[in-house]
Amino acid sequence: MFAPVSIRNLSVAYHRKPVLRDIDYDAPEGELIGIIGPNGAGKSTLIKAILGLLPLASGEVKIYGKPYKEQRHLVGYVPQRESVDWDFPTHALDVVLMGRYGKLGWFRRPKAEDREFALECLQKVGMESFAKRQISQLSGGQQQRVFLARALAQDAQIYLMDEPFVGVDAATEKAIIQILNELKQQKKTVLVVHHDLQTVTEYFDSILLINMCKIAAGPTREVFHADHLQKTYGGRLTVLPETSNMIVTR
Amino acid sequence: MDANTWWVLIGTALLGLSSGVLGCFAFLRKQGLMGDVLAHAALPGICLAFMITGAKNSFLFLIGAAITGILGSLCINWITRYSRIKEDTALGLILSVFFGLGIVLLTQIQHSNNGNQSGLDKFLFGQSASMVASDVQWMAIMAGLLLLMSFLLFKELKLLCFDASYGQSLGFSMRGLNLLFMTFLVIVVVIGLQVAGVVLMAALIVTPAAAARYWTEQLSTMVWISAVMGACSGVIGTWISSFGYNLSTGPLIVLAATMMFIISMMVAPQRGLLSRLVRLMKTRRELAREQHINSIYTYMEKEQVLKVSLLDLQTQYPISTHVLSQLKEEGLIHMEEDHQDIWIGFTETGWKAAYDTVLTNRMLEMWLMHEADLASKLPNGEIVSKDSIPEHLVPELQKLMIQHQCEPKWNPYDSNQRMKERVVSP
Ligand SMILES: Nc1ncnc2c1ncn2[C@@H]1O[C@H](COP(=O)(O)OP(=O)(O)OP(=O)(O)O)[C@@H](O)[C@H]1O
Ligand SMILES: [Mg+2]
Repeated sequence: MFAPVSIRNLSVAYHRKPVLRDIDYDAPEGELIGIIGPNGAGKSTLIKAILGLLPLASGEVKIYGKPYKEQRHLVGYVPQRESVDWDFPTHALDVVLMGRYGKLGWFRRPKAEDREFALECLQKVGMESFAKRQISQLSGGQQQRVFLARALAQDAQIYLMDEPFVGVDAATEKAIIQILNELKQQKKTVLVVHHDLQTVTEYFDSILLINMCKIAAGPTREVFHADHLQKTYGGRLTVLPETSNMIVTR
Repeated sequence: MDANTWWVLIGTALLGLSSGVLGCFAFLRKQGLMGDVLAHAALPGICLAFMITGAKNSFLFLIGAAITGILGSLCINWITRYSRIKEDTALGLILSVFFGLGIVLLTQIQHSNNGNQSGLDKFLFGQSASMVASDVQWMAIMAGLLLLMSFLLFKELKLLCFDASYGQSLGFSMRGLNLLFMTFLVIVVVIGLQVAGVVLMAALIVTPAAAARYWTEQLSTMVWISAVMGACSGVIGTWISSFGYNLSTGPLIVLAATMMFIISMMVAPQRGLLSRLVRLMKTRRELAREQHINSIYTYMEKEQVLKVSLLDLQTQYPISTHVLSQLKEEGLIHMEEDHQDIWIGFTETGWKAAYDTVLTNRMLEMWLMHEADLASKLPNGEIVSKDSIPEHLVPELQKLMIQHQCEPKWNPYDSNQRMKERVVSP
């Protein structure tokens, strides 16, 4: 049995400045997994490294035991929302349709059934009435949902999401977490970069704490405690006193 | 028009068409300057082609231009990938280095034996009148190829422009596509050199695209509009220059494109400046109207009266008599003049409108205050806005209004059944 995502000895550097060092990690299948760490910890970098978007300084990443190149149809991706210019001449449905491009391959155009599938995905995120809305006229939370729908349209086994909860209101956050739970029930593996320590125990089955290196990984109940958070966040954790009572203490 | 003018006309139209199409993608990738760089990078290629072969053959010149153009775009790629220099700096760098080199070579040539007559300078500013049938034929082949490729690769180019790293994660080689696209741009530039010249070519790539962006929110439509505008500028420029006032075609084409851009910027629906202005004024008017209704209602509610004096009202709220008379015209309020004062009251329809406006506003206030608690009531994450408050949220919001004692209480006509019972029995 291969893990959905297994990372061995992974190191990544930008212009010789190391950002991730010697990460070893096996993601458990069919779980909702939080990737947690302070700003600049290398969370986005880790996701991009898994997706083969960055050259690796060392190590390897396997998706169900094979390189990403052979398995990319199994992986869906939700980038950070700010990574694109939303003033692009296109509408929501069209963006979701991009999720189908990978299956189509070069030159082939999306067909009616792709369109239907994309519309269903928009429906799942509660955005069907915005299908033809120009994307710059969507609120931040709605744009985030469009990105989520686009990943759903990839119809993948593993989902990698970079901060899907940033800048969304409470209602949208609830809606998104419900969709993620549905994915989990379909035995899919979902890795989510997450910032809000207060909701970690509520949302995630297991977590991966990183700050340049792996600090800890495992089931949330076992791993999410003060020692590890102290190590991950350093002195900065004291800024969040209200979280300390949320944390399982040993 | 003589036969040659016809060839020029077709040539410039084809140029406008293909630069319009490719320009859209360059524009959306914020690479407007790329065309400029490629055009300038072409100059040393032309000079070198002449120095090596010693022939005045347009075709050879253009091969040279293509080679240094591609070299320039590769340099930009390398610089941005392997150094910390950002793309804009790299563009500036390559532009000046290559163009400088080109000028040095050009001076060298002009000081040598077969000097000025080499006709190299026509590539500096363009000289479309010198185009002949064979020029246009290969322009047509290249333009046709470019259009076909943009059509086939439309979805991939869209990915490249909108979200390249996502495209990469889907398995499309974005680096390869980027190089291919650069090659396309080089080809357009090379086609255009003979018409518009090194200096103006960049304008032909960006201007139609920028103008087309004003008219549409759909990439495919934008590409069409840009292509048509590009072709039209080509035709208009050539046509005007054929009147024989000794005006050269290239600059006229660019001027025609610029005119279309200015017109688009002014009058396009949605994005155009005029329609933005109109919309801004309309929202302001609506906002002012709503604020006035709200103020009058709130005042009456507080004082438990059915009429309010303008002077009293103005002590508490900013009230404009202009908006009041507008409300009166709409039949929402009536105004009675006293000796020094004006008394304002709602008409029956006015009461209904005021009650609804105030109710919606206050429900929205409640939603904003308690969004976090109420979120679970919206499992599908419906959108809450002034125009749509989800039906099943209304009872919760009403409870909250009663808690905060801000439910609208004052309505002599009791028009709103939904609220009536709750107002009587909190
Ligand atoms: N393109 C880049 N070039 C150079 N350095 C980079 C680049 N992208 C990221 N870095 C550096 O790598 C480190 C990790 O960045 P990364 O974006 O992975 O952090 P993150 O954990 O996602 O942070 P955040 O919570 O702010 O999103 C940071 O120190 C950042 O400065
Ligand atoms: Mg990040």
